[in-house]
Amino acid sequence: MARKSNSKVKREFAKLKGLTFQDLLLKLEHYWTMRDCILQQPYDIEVGAGTMHPETFLRVLGPEPYRVVYAQPSRRPADGRYGENPNRLYKHTQLQVILKPSPADIQDVYLASLAAVGINLKEHDIRFEEDNWESPTLGAWGIGWQVLLDGLEITQFTYFQQCGGVDLDPISVELTYGLDRIAAYLQGVDNVFDVRWSNSMTYRQVRLAEEQQFSAYSFDHADTASTRKQFDLNEAEAARLLAAYDALKGAGKERFPVLQAYDLCLKCSHLFNVLDARGAISVTERAGMIARVRKLATHVARAWLDQRAAIQTPAGMSA
Amino acid sequence: MKSRGDLLFEIGCEEIPAGMILKASQELKAILVKHLSANGLVDEPTAQDSIETFGAPRRLVAIARNIKLKQEDVTREISGPPKSVAFDFAGQPTRAAVSFAEKQRLPVSKLTIVNTPKGEYVIARQLVLGKSAAEILKGVLPETIREISWPRSMIWTGAQSPRFIRPIRWIVALLDGKVVPFSYADVQAGNHTDGHRFLGKRSIPVSGPRDYEEKLKKNFVSCRPSVRRKKVEAELHSLTTPKGLRTHEDAGLLELVTYLNECPSVILGRFDPAFLALPDEILITVMRGHQKYFAVESRSGDLAPHFLAVINLPRDPKGLIRAGHERVLRARFADAQFFWETDQKTRLGDYLPKLAAVTYERRLGSYADKVERMRSLARWLSEQWFSGGVAQADVAGSDRAAELAKCDLVTEMVGEFAELQGIVGGLYSRAQGEPDEIAWAVYDQYKPLGLDDPLPRNLTGCAVALADKLDSLVACFAVGAIPTGSSDPFALRRAALGIVKIILEKNLPLSLSAAISAAAKSLKEHAPRIEASDAIQKQVLDFLLERARYILRERRGFAYDEINAAFAAGADDLGDAVERVAAVKAIRDTKNFAPLAASFKRIRNILEKSAGKGDKGQGAVKQELLRDAAELQLYTVVQKIGDEATRLKKEKKYRKALEKISELRPAVDFFFDKVLVMVEDEDIRRNRIALLGTLLKEFSNVADFSELGSEEAK
Repeated sequence: MARKSNSKVKREFAKLKGLTFQDLLLKLEHYWTMRDCILQQPYDIEVGAGTMHPETFLRVLGPEPYRVVYAQPSRRPADGRYGENPNRLYKHTQLQVILKPSPADIQDVYLASLAAVGINLKEHDIRFEEDNWESPTLGAWGIGWQVLLDGLEITQFTYFQQCGGVDLDPISVELTYGLDRIAAYLQGVDNVFDVRWSNSMTYRQVRLAEEQQFSAYSFDHADTASTRKQFDLNEAEAARLLAAYDALKGAGKERFPVLQAYDLCLKCSHLFNVLDARGAISVTERAGMIARVRKLATHVARAWLDQRAAIQTPAGMSA
Repeated sequence: MKSRGDLLFEIGCEEIPAGMILKASQELKAILVKHLSANGLVDEPTAQDSIETFGAPRRLVAIARNIKLKQEDVTREISGPPKSVAFDFAGQPTRAAVSFAEKQRLPVSKLTIVNTPKGEYVIARQLVLGKSAAEILKGVLPETIREISWPRSMIWTGAQSPRFIRPIRWIVALLDGKVVPFSYADVQAGNHTDGHRFLGKRSIPVSGPRDYEEKLKKNFVSCRPSVRRKKVEAELHSLTTPKGLRTHEDAGLLELVTYLNECPSVILGRFDPAFLALPDEILITVMRGHQKYFAVESRSGDLAPHFLAVINLPRDPKGLIRAGHERVLRARFADAQFFWETDQKTRLGDYLPKLAAVTYERRLGSYADKVERMRSLARWLSEQWFSGGVAQADVAGSDRAAELAKCDLVTEMVGEFAELQGIVGGLYSRAQGEPDEIAWAVYDQYKPLGLDDPLPRNLTGCAVALADKLDSLVACFAVGAIPTGSSDPFALRRAALGIVKIILEKNLPLSLSAAISAAAKSLKEHAPRIEASDAIQKQVLDFLLERARYILRERRGFAYDEINAAFAAGADDLGDAVERVAAVKAIRDTKNFAPLAASFKRIRNILEKSAGKGDKGQGAVKQELLRDAAELQLYTVVQKIGDEATRLKKEKKYRKALEKISELRPAVDFFFDKVLVMVEDEDIRRNRIALLGTLLKEFSNVADFSELGSEEAK
């Protein structure tokens, strides 16, 4: 095979240069809203993944059809590198799509979304490689693949089987695009901080300070004693709410703040991640804390389902 | 009418995990053979040959040639009442005959009378018309899909729908060109297949096995794995050889990429030669594990700054794919380099305190605890070998290697590449100036990983590997974490196999029971101070011997009873036991030996019977009570041969010892010819039993011949 000169390859990539980070986000959101998805906003609490957004975690439960797309900045304290690593980030941006129930042509529709952002499917090596997803903290797992674009993981593609410890019916499909790395790929840059966010600003200009400071906090500054205390407080409050919900007999269920209990559970999950990054959790303790968060999450899932059943017109169903 | 035709059956799927396709296609074949045979649609003797199956990421395919389009008609005979009941003396049908005929929907005149061994009976003959193959396949094909087993299947429509490994999107079921109508998980079987996901057409009509492969080929799908594998192999070769390079062999990876692509081709990429400063093991793991690239070597065997990626397209005309893969690999290598440099800032031994936070097993403490136990065992093993005459046994070196062995578990590198545990510790040890012997011992500590995996390359490595595995076995057994069925979370079977393999192949002098009790002692003396009782230790010993038997059968070709015979005379020193197994095998079919073995079995039976009556034959033989010439002769011969056999055994000349023992045969035969053991006179009887007891005891210390010829217990 004749080896193409690098300059020629660069020219090929240059054709794609139009797509800034924000254009990529807008195009994908547009693509999915055109396919009957609700456009939602990122959740306003720290989460480690788009899956933890209630628009995924709660909406995949129960029978009501639902379709949603949203971006979710996802915080993974242990992955922080003070903004010094070209690929690893404290906070990366996921684009999350949930389709419930999963359509039969979902792989094709997904691939067409890649074409929509300028990837010529016949010129790239795109493949679906086995990767079953599991979140022990959420009591959730699914079957699927990571989608590779010329060897780069660009999307997690999962048929949810269980969420919050509940077997799902119908089955939702979850698509999680790694926006930062797709943008870097499309722009032909090796370092995510060199990605052009807009026509005038780079990813570095927009986000570097965040990466530096939050990495510094979770690795160096976080006070473990008070972080633990916050974990305990949030956990106790969530547990108190959930116990109160369980004690209700019909009346008052509708307005009961199960959603607040879930927010508190998310808080716990993030605080746990901070402690973990800080190196404050031993391996044994780790499993125990994950189990504590999972206990809340599965309890929320049960309460939410019970609450939806108690309400006459469930979300997504016409009255 | 045509009586035979071909079946094409294709299950079209979203991407099946590459590692499962081969097994699934083999299962598909077995299931179809079973169903088609059971329904009489294939000729039994050639069923295996008339059905072939294969797979690719998006399809499992079966082709059955020349199957019957219709089952044979068969006449079934249903037996009714005896003739004497069915017809009266005048030959008129009774109520019994009439109701039997009614039940069979036949006129009485159609009933037949046959002669049976039980007398004359009334029977009804029913012609059962064969069903059409299409009718049968309508039921069999969906059942076939259901029966394929998967490690972890899924649902994709609703909770009530059937399961499969990934969603099924189309099904081709064509018998003799016609669709077999059925549906599975809401997918209707038809005559349309799908081409390559990106290059091929969708919904391609096919008429059967005749045009199926050709049409797929036109649509960029190479459906046969053998064809794909050959193409990949050829390209791995042609891309490297002209450049003076070669592919780093990896049969497992070749198999994987064969099943990862429907239209494979290979591209050659490059990386910055500066990364070659990282150890080969790390570079290869990054390329293979994450990216599924083949590494490339120069002719001298050094890694070259190239990689080979297998892509699912015929070409990469613009070089875009290559550039993409190169960029991904650059990032991966940069990560590995970062881990290497970060880890190197701390000396390996300084990670030791961190191991206290890593749990080995809830009840067995941390890895720091395990390391302490391993150190004491590794020292003990080396001392044993040294005093057993193995001059290069290094007590201090084994201790140091055991101390460093688990440190890499808390390094960044192993955190990222778990499969490099041990290897990373070895590489860091070497980079930080530990002696080679110790660095390799750390590097090799998990070896051997299986029956065919090599052993640790030096003796210190063997000490660490044995110490690790012995501790795992004894400690896990002590807290009841014993393997059951397919559950073996601490890989204890592999550990036991490793222990046996090291001892056997290195021919190390070591008493198994002493090693186990040393491990138990170490377990008791170090935190968390767990007791392994004698019963537990015996359990561990049996577990080890079971593995030893397995290796001797599978890898050395010894028979079950040969191993049992030799092991019955002791297997604590495994190397010695194997020499005795070999001696038994060599001599078992010689003229005198086989009959002698039979006599030994007889002696054993006599002794068991007598033991049941309270006489175990353990007393001394009283010469003055030997009356019969035959028993006198046996006594003399036993004394004489016994002395010589004992001498030969001491010199470990087991074959010679057994040959000597064979010389007992005439005297034993003569004895059983002439002498009755179970006589009335108690003194005489006791004395004869004692003679036999002595004989058995004296001559069973190389092998217990009475075990020979016994069947394998299932």
